[in-house]
Amino acid sequence: MTASELQQYLDFAYIAAVVLFILSLRFLSSPTTARWGVLAGEIGAALAVVATLFNPEVAQYKWVLIPLIIGAGVGIPLGMVHMTAVPQRTALSHAFGALSAAMIGIAEFYVGTVPVTRFQMGEIALEVIIGSLTFTGSLIAAGKLQEILPQRPIVYRGQNIVSLSVLGSALGLAVALVVNPAHATLFPVMVIVALIFGVLLVTPIGGADMPTVISLLNSYAGFSAALLGFVLNSKVLVVAGALDGSSGFILSLIMCKAMNRSFTNVMFGAFGQVQTSAAAAKEERVVRSATPEEAAAILLAANKVVIVPGYGMAVAQAQHKVRELYDALTKKGVDVRFAIHPVAGRMPGHMNVLLAEADIPYDRLIEMDEINGDFPQTDVALIIGANDVTNPAARTDQSSPIFGMPILDVDKAHTVMVIKRSMNPGFAGIDNPLYYLDRTLMLFGDAKQFVGGIVRELGGGH
Amino acid sequence: MPADFISNLYVFILAGFVGFEVIKRVSPLLHTPLMSLTNALDAIVVVAAIIIAGRHETRLTTVLGAIAVAASFSNMVGGFVITDRMLRMFKSGRSKQS
Repeated sequence: MTASELQQYLDFAYIAAVVLFILSLRFLSSPTTARWGVLAGEIGAALAVVATLFNPEVAQYKWVLIPLIIGAGVGIPLGMVHMTAVPQRTALSHAFGALSAAMIGIAEFYVGTVPVTRFQMGEIALEVIIGSLTFTGSLIAAGKLQEILPQRPIVYRGQNIVSLSVLGSALGLAVALVVNPAHATLFPVMVIVALIFGVLLVTPIGGADMPTVISLLNSYAGFSAALLGFVLNSKVLVVAGALDGSSGFILSLIMCKAMNRSFTNVMFGAFGQVQTSAAAAKEERVVRSATPEEAAAILLAANKVVIVPGYGMAVAQAQHKVRELYDALTKKGVDVRFAIHPVAGRMPGHMNVLLAEADIPYDRLIEMDEINGDFPQTDVALIIGANDVTNPAARTDQSSPIFGMPILDVDKAHTVMVIKRSMNPGFAGIDNPLYYLDRTLMLFGDAKQFVGGIVRELGGGH
Repeated sequence: MPADFISNLYVFILAGFVGFEVIKRVSPLLHTPLMSLTNALDAIVVVAAIIIAGRHETRLTTVLGAIAVAASFSNMVGGFVITDRMLRMFKSGRSKQS
C-alpha cells in the first residue's frame, strides 16, 4: 500500500468517526435511545484512534502507548465517581481537554520544521490562549465545586480592570508574535499570562453561577479543539470541536436565560456581594414551622404533590430518602411529581441525574415551563434545598438582584412546605418572601433527616 | 489567506449548524450526560496528540504530546464510562414496572 492510499483509508476512518459522532448526539434526543449514542460515540472514537496508530508519521510507539495506558488508568476511576461528584468531575474534564489542546498547540509552535507564517502564528496563539485560560479556569471551577476552594465569590476593588488588563496583555503578546514570529521568547510569556487570566476569570464567580460557568468552559474547551483543527488542518478536530463548542454554547444560553442574566453579567457581575445590606432588615417577620408528623399528615391529605429539589438536596445527599418519600406517597395514592428548574444545582441537568440515580422514573421529572401552569392545582409544593429558584421577589420586587429571573411558581400551590436548615438567607444572600406567606410552613432541619422523619411517619421507612 | 483555512472554515460553520440543530433537540433531562458525552467526543484531539508524541521530533514536543495523549485519552475513556453509567439510571415509570 502506498502512502497516499494509506492516507485515504485514514481519511475514510475519520469521516466515519465524524458521522458516528453526529449520530451519537442525535440518539441523545430521547432517554430511550440515549445509550445507543454512547455506543456510536465509542465506535467512532475507537475507529479514529486505531486508524491514527497506523499513521506513518507515528515513528515511535513508546511515548504513545505509555500515555494511552496512563490516560485509561486515570480516566476509568474518573468515570466511576459517585453521582454527587459529577459537577466537579465535569469541570476537571474540561480542564483536561483544554490542557491537551493547549499542549498540542505549544508543541506545534516548537516543532519548527516548517517556518511559521503570520497567519499560522495567529491561529496557534489564539488556540493556545483559549486552551490555557480554559485549563486554569476549569481547575478553579473544579476546586470550588469540590469545596477545596471557597464557593463564595472572591472579589476585590478594581477586579475587572485587573482581569481585563491581564487578558489584554495576553492578546497584545499574541499580536506581537504575529507581527514578528521570530520573537519566540514572547511565546511562553503569553502562555503564562493566559494561564493567570483563567484563574482571575473564575475566582470571582460564586457557586450559584456554576451551571453557566461550566457550560461556558465547556464551550471554550470545544472551540479550542476546533481551532486546533485549523492549526493542524484536521477536519475531524474541527467537527468534534464545533459540536462540543456549540453544545456548551447552547447550554450557556439556556442557563443565562434561566437566570435572566447576560454572559457579561455572569463573568463580571460577581453575584451575591450586592446583597449584604438587604439581608439586615429581616428577622422580625413571623414564620410558621411544622414537625415531621404535621408535614406527613398534610402530605397524606393531598392529592397532588410537587417536590422542588435544589442544591441543598445534593449537599445533604437526601435523594435516596426523597425516593422513599416518593414511594410511600405513591403507594397511598398521592400523585407526586418533581419540578426541575434549569439552574437548580451546580450544572445543567444536575437534579435529574441525582433523582435518576435514586431510581425515580424520569417521566416524573418535569421542566419548569411545563409544570408552572399546574401549581394552582397543586395541594402541596415541597421544597427541598432550593431557594432562589422559588423566590417570588423575582416576579415582583424590582430592587431584587434576581428580578426578572424565571422561577417555579410554588407560591401558587395551596400549601408550601420548605425544608431548610435555618432562616439564613440562601447562597446569594437574598431574602425569600415565600417563607413569610400564610400558606407556607417551614420545616427546619437537615434535608436527609427531615425527609427520613416524614417517611417514618408515613410508615414507609426501613 | 491559505486555502486550507477556507475549507476548514466551511467545515466548522456547517458542523456548528449541525451541532446546534442536533443539540437543541436534546431533552433538558439529559443535559448532564450531554455535557459528559460531548466531552468524550471532544477528546478526539487525542489523534493529534498521538501524532505529535509519535513523531518524536524533539524532547520538548514529545513530552508535550505525551501529556496531551494521557489527558485527552482519560477524558475519552472516562467520559464514555460516566455517560453510560448516567444513562443507565434513567428509567421510565412504565419500563420499571414491566
